[in-house]
Amino acid sequence: MSLPKDLRYSEEHEWVKVEGDKVRIGITDFAQSELGDIVFVELPEEGDAIEADEPFGSVESVKTVSELYAPINGKVVEINEELEDSPEFVNESPYDKAWMVVVEPKDSSEIDELMSAEEYEKMINED
Amino acid sequence: MNELKRTPLYPEYEKHGAKTVDFGGWDLPVQFSSIKQEHAATRTRAGLFDVSHMGEILVEGSGSLAFLQKMLTNDVSKLEPKKAQYTIMCYEDGGTVDDLIVYQLSESTYLLVVNAASTEKDFQWLEEHKFGAVTLSDVSDDYVQLALQGPKAEEVLQTLTETDLSHIKFFRFEDDVSFEGVTDKALVSRTGYTGEDGFEIYLPAASGQTLWQAIMQAGEAQGVMPIGLGARDTLRFEANLALYGQELSPDITPIEAGLSFAVKIKKSSDFIGKDVLTKQKKEGTDRKLVGIEMLEKGIPRTGYHVFAGEEEIGFVTTGTQSPTYGKNIGLALLNKPYTEIGTEVTVQVRKRRLQAQVVATPFYKRD
Repeated sequence: MSLPKDLRYSEEHEWVKVEGDKVRIGITDFAQSELGDIVFVELPEEGDAIEADEPFGSVESVKTVSELYAPINGKVVEINEELEDSPEFVNESPYDKAWMVVVEPKDSSEIDELMSAEEYEKMINED
Repeated sequence: MNELKRTPLYPEYEKHGAKTVDFGGWDLPVQFSSIKQEHAATRTRAGLFDVSHMGEILVEGSGSLAFLQKMLTNDVSKLEPKKAQYTIMCYEDGGTVDDLIVYQLSESTYLLVVNAASTEKDFQWLEEHKFGAVTLSDVSDDYVQLALQGPKAEEVLQTLTETDLSHIKFFRFEDDVSFEGVTDKALVSRTGYTGEDGFEIYLPAASGQTLWQAIMQAGEAQGVMPIGLGARDTLRFEANLALYGQELSPDITPIEAGLSFAVKIKKSSDFIGKDVLTKQKKEGTDRKLVGIEMLEKGIPRTGYHVFAGEEEIGFVTTGTQSPTYGKNIGLALLNKPYTEIGTEVTVQVRKRRLQAQVVATPFYKRD
């Protein structure tokens, strides 16, 4: 189970990477392994507002649909269009090729409230 | 919460990295490696399934045939020992109690193989309607059921037995098959739930693990993989094989589900549901199960509503992205006027209505 130390993590299994005044968001290695083969990713559009703890898209495996929950409030400034044709990136490269959106946070202090890699690891081991 | 039931094969799951889920009260593997890989392995090589959760009901006594003719829609009199038949059990109103396979074991002994979640209900329904010299026993816990499915199934299984498997034709079986290194004899039928050639094997629970291990070992060179419920579902779905609870239910008749071939209204005996099913077979039904393919990006899922304009015309019974074809397809029970191939409909995929069209089934048919 890969859990990069430089990322922050949400309870809904998203990772958040701070890049200057923006953040990049995706789902964790744990999440993709629980979901199985991802066959479809639905993302918001550039310019859409996302609201913390609310769905902003979905990932579908062969078997099920899972909502993507926004880890913070903000505005989508970029989406990973490659995932439309290559949803398998989510399984193959959850932290790199399968980034989902880049967001301009409304309040960057929300990022500090997310979990560290150690805290997230503890959470998934307790479940 | 009740503790989940486990089949005798449970210790094998972990060896192969299975992820298990609660499936109707059973702790069963949903996948071992990945649904897509397992699906492909079964289509191109062979896959081994533990389906021991299926229920088995033994029907014995001189009145068995008359009793089963009354309870089941197919013509049980067409069977003879060593033959099996796909059939349906219906309510008076034509709704479905369960779909099952009946094996004729001897002159007056039959084995009904029913859906795991329906076993108790089926047994009670049979018991309530019992007449004549008939004994019923639920023998589900006595048996392990394995399925070996795929183009390499026969080649792999043949290496373990002296019985000439090529002589077992589709929906026939042998009930005294010995496998190398396995104590108990097995019943082996050429049946399955994948759209592939293959076998279903029933044997006493105590010998289950030994046979599983023998098949995995014998099939190693051919790339036999253990297969979970996830791929079992996509395989049967592509082959248009009904799943009770989705394509069939107390609210869906076998005629609506396109299973007319298993409803023999001309058989000599009366059977439960005959009036409604005869009418439906002769006059057609208001709803029909059809295939749909999405024209816009989105995956149809069980229970999604289907529309023509603003009118709701039915619902999706099963849908996924077909692992074989990569297309987003489904089975849907639609009102008759919208069931012609090529008809354009929309599917409510969460917040959006997406274009789809009616297509031919089965989605997959082996060469």
